Amino acid sequence: MTAFWILAPVMLVAALGLIFARKAVHSALCLAVVMICLAMLYAAQDAPFLFVVQIIVYTGAIMMLFLFVLMLVGVETSDSVVETIKGQRAAAAVVGVLFAGVLATAVAQAVSTAVVGLGKFDEHGNVYHLAELLFGPYIVAFQFTAALMIVAVLGAMVLAHREILVAAPTQQELQAKRMRDYAEFGRHPGNAPTPGVFALHNAVDTPALLPDGTPVAESVAASLRARQQDEVRDTHEVADVVAEIEAADIEPTATEGQEDA
Amino acid sequence: MLDQSWLLIAIPLAGAALLLMWGKESDKFGHLIATACSTASFVFGLIMFIQLAGRDPADRSVTANLGTWIQAGTFSVDFQFTFDTLSSLFVLLITGVGTLIHIYSIGYMADDERRRRFFAYLNLFIAAMLTLVLAGDYLVLFLGWEGVGLASYLLIGFWQHKPSAAAAAKKAFVLNRVGDLGMALAIMTMFAWFGTTSIAAVNEQIHSVSGNVATALGLLLLLGACGKSAQVPLQAWLLDAMEGPTPVSALIHAATMVTAGVYLVVRSHDIFDASPTARNFVIAVGLVTLLVGAWIGCAKDDIKKVLAGSTMSQIGYMMLAAGLGPAGYAFAIFHLLTHGFFKANMFLGAGSVMHGMNDDVDMRHYGALRTAMPVTFYTFGIGYLAILGFPGTSGFFSKDKIIETALATNIWVGIGALIGAGVTAFYMTRLMLMTFFGQKRWQKDVHPHESGLTMTIPLMVLAALSAFAGVISLGNWIEDWLEPATGHLEHVEPPLPMLAITLIVLVVVSAGVALAWFIYGRGNEIATEAPADDQVSVFTRAGRAEMYGNQINEALVVRPTTYLTRALVWADAKLVDGLVTGTADRIGELSGELRKPQTGFVRSYALMVLGGALVVLLALLAVTLA
Amino acid sequence: MTAYLTLSMLLFSIGAVGVLIRRNAIVVFMCVELMLNATNLAFVSFARQHGNLDGQVAAFFVMVVAAAEVVIGLAIIVSIYRTRRSASVDEANLLKA
Repeated sequence: MTAFWILAPVMLVAALGLIFARKAVHSALCLAVVMICLAMLYAAQDAPFLFVVQIIVYTGAIMMLFLFVLMLVGVETSDSVVETIKGQRAAAAVVGVLFAGVLATAVAQAVSTAVVGLGKFDEHGNVYHLAELLFGPYIVAFQFTAALMIVAVLGAMVLAHREILVAAPTQQELQAKRMRDYAEFGRHPGNAPTPGVFALHNAVDTPALLPDGTPVAESVAASLRARQQDEVRDTHEVADVVAEIEAADIEPTATEGQEDA
Repeated sequence: MLDQSWLLIAIPLAGAALLLMWGKESDKFGHLIATACSTASFVFGLIMFIQLAGRDPADRSVTANLGTWIQAGTFSVDFQFTFDTLSSLFVLLITGVGTLIHIYSIGYMADDERRRRFFAYLNLFIAAMLTLVLAGDYLVLFLGWEGVGLASYLLIGFWQHKPSAAAAAKKAFVLNRVGDLGMALAIMTMFAWFGTTSIAAVNEQIHSVSGNVATALGLLLLLGACGKSAQVPLQAWLLDAMEGPTPVSALIHAATMVTAGVYLVVRSHDIFDASPTARNFVIAVGLVTLLVGAWIGCAKDDIKKVLAGSTMSQIGYMMLAAGLGPAGYAFAIFHLLTHGFFKANMFLGAGSVMHGMNDDVDMRHYGALRTAMPVTFYTFGIGYLAILGFPGTSGFFSKDKIIETALATNIWVGIGALIGAGVTAFYMTRLMLMTFFGQKRWQKDVHPHESGLTMTIPLMVLAALSAFAGVISLGNWIEDWLEPATGHLEHVEPPLPMLAITLIVLVVVSAGVALAWFIYGRGNEIATEAPADDQVSVFTRAGRAEMYGNQINEALVVRPTTYLTRALVWADAKLVDGLVTGTADRIGELSGELRKPQTGFVRSYALMVLGGALVVLLALLAVTLA
Repeated sequence: MTAYLTLSMLLFSIGAVGVLIRRNAIVVFMCVELMLNATNLAFVSFARQHGNLDGQVAAFFVMVVAAAEVVIGLAIIVSIYRTRRSASVDEANLLKA
């Protein structure tokens, strides 16, 4: 029971964090915490198989799936605090509290006998007896859930499929477009500099510097930019280097083979 | 011949139908057809009268039954026509005066392009009035009653383009309707009490029921009579009815239709005999109307309206006489006949005067017409003498008898009748002086001339009748003739000897004449424009306003009814429609409210799902805990 | 035993309220997963209570089905995001009356 009394508050706090967190990623992490605690509670209740399955399937696969989709879809959107439906929060709070109260009353009536315990399954182990049940009385349900999994895979493929309606642009087309943009908008037709060029650090989040020292924002990945995680570091060092060079007054040496343009 | 009394009705009716359906083609000769039909009716009527006279007095009632009209269970009404002594006199009056007026109208309406239709309506009127007097059943009488109302409406509003004529026709019809309501209720009461509406049966059975039934019937019949005969309180339409052409005023509103009420009372004499209360009401109505009509006649400058007021007053005399009971029925009919002659005479004379004065009716624009229109003057003069009761004229005999009987029954009623005679003398003399004597007050471009023969010959015939029709009262002929129909005449002893009463009447009449001569004769100036209302006495003002009859009707009936209809319209729009559209609106609002949960937001629906789950859990909990 | 059930019930209620409050579709989905996990806990507790493994088998099946459900659900959310460029559940309100 000690496990329970340690884990239960953690789970509750995490659950509350799940529903009240502003950023979706924080909610996902809270859910992961809840699931792991649940797995430990399963272990405490003589369900070792479920303990393992909970961690591998639920926390390991399902939560990861959630996080992937979050990154694809919802990482930028954070729920605004203002509620758009009038009275929804108040009604939700009231109904939620009432619901919890009713369930509490029901629960208080539910259990009146002593706990029987799963002692009789110690002989062959939990997995053995679970298998007995699964491939015995519950074989039909087992087969149906298997079919369900296959259907789910197919469904996911169908839903995620993107019909290509327009031919992908060829290299020629892309290059022509770049030249047109340069002609019309003055957009630089070449590659954008990679992060860290001329900068003192070449970390992924450090923008490249132009010859005069201004940082090129486009050199950092868009997702980092969106999260304002691009950082211009130590620009004053660059200014010192430029001043040194100018002060040194080094003459440009003519390199051989350099022709006039 | 006597059992072909239906012929009298059928011929003018056919004439009317023929003229109305033949259409414009018959415009050239339609009036001749109509006059021929009317003459034919008169000839047949005369033949039937002579045949009836040749019969024994006990035998002088011939009923012709044309078949069953209504058969409903135990109630049946036959098309019964009774030609007896009373109806024979009316037949002669209606067809005789009617034919003379037809002839007069040929000349009078010569310039009117709708003349054929006018004659069709005249024939229709004759047919309806004959149905009324020949009916042997109250329902058939009512048929004729309504028919004359219709003809009156059509004829008053004959000049449809004049809004005043249309309004007058409507007013006459509506006021008559009120009277018709009384008549209809009387017929229903008869049916309820006697199970039949046959005149003979009702008059027989009335003596076996209580006096209250007779009183009720009498009062209801009196109401009907008031409507048709323009007695107070339903008198307001008669003066407005002068909007119609003058032959109409002469025939309908002087000689015949307005006397239908008196006919009804006399025909139902058994009912009135059985109810002294009803008789008293009749006397009261007659007396009041007689004085009111005379009052109005004094204050009007329109020659036709003076004559209309005079008609109202004279019919009051007839009603008075009819209300006096068995002592007076015969005299009422006698006066009715003589009045028919001299009033029609005077109306046609007035029409002749108007014809010569470019249809101007204002007596203030007349004056000194006796040299310009001599025949009209002399015939009109004879009528004037008759209405005065100049000794020897027909009016002398008829009116004197009424005053005598009135004095004998009740001294105050008699004095009222006497005063009425004096006032009659006053306003009739005023009319004569203003029209035929004095200075010329003619307007510009007015050249009075005598009318043509078609107009003057009827005038002469009627003048002769006005002068000499008094002979029928000699030797009590009229009373004996009418006895089978009206019951035995009770002779009542007047308080003074007959000669004394006659002299008193003559004195009162002379006083009236003298007063009028004093004010309007002797070469006095008569203003061409009537003095304004604030310059005349309150009595004149009352007379000009027709004793405020219109205002009383307006206040007592028209306005409350208007408010009632407005209230009903409001109730219909707001309450009834409001209920219907209101229900629709409420349902719309309800659905608008019910629409609100459909926010389209998934989270609201999720909230409802959770709420529902909560309710189910609560229910389960309640069940297990209980 | 009651404690486990109470914990399960509280987690379930918190998950339910989370579904009602959050607008990001993925976070809503995560709250649904929380509810499923709470029921799993209840199943396992009752399995120990009654002394047979049926509860654990049920929990197993719940996990399998939850996995399938997550796959499809997330695929749907991704395809919606591709077309609508937004992952808010409030965007799908065309059934509004």
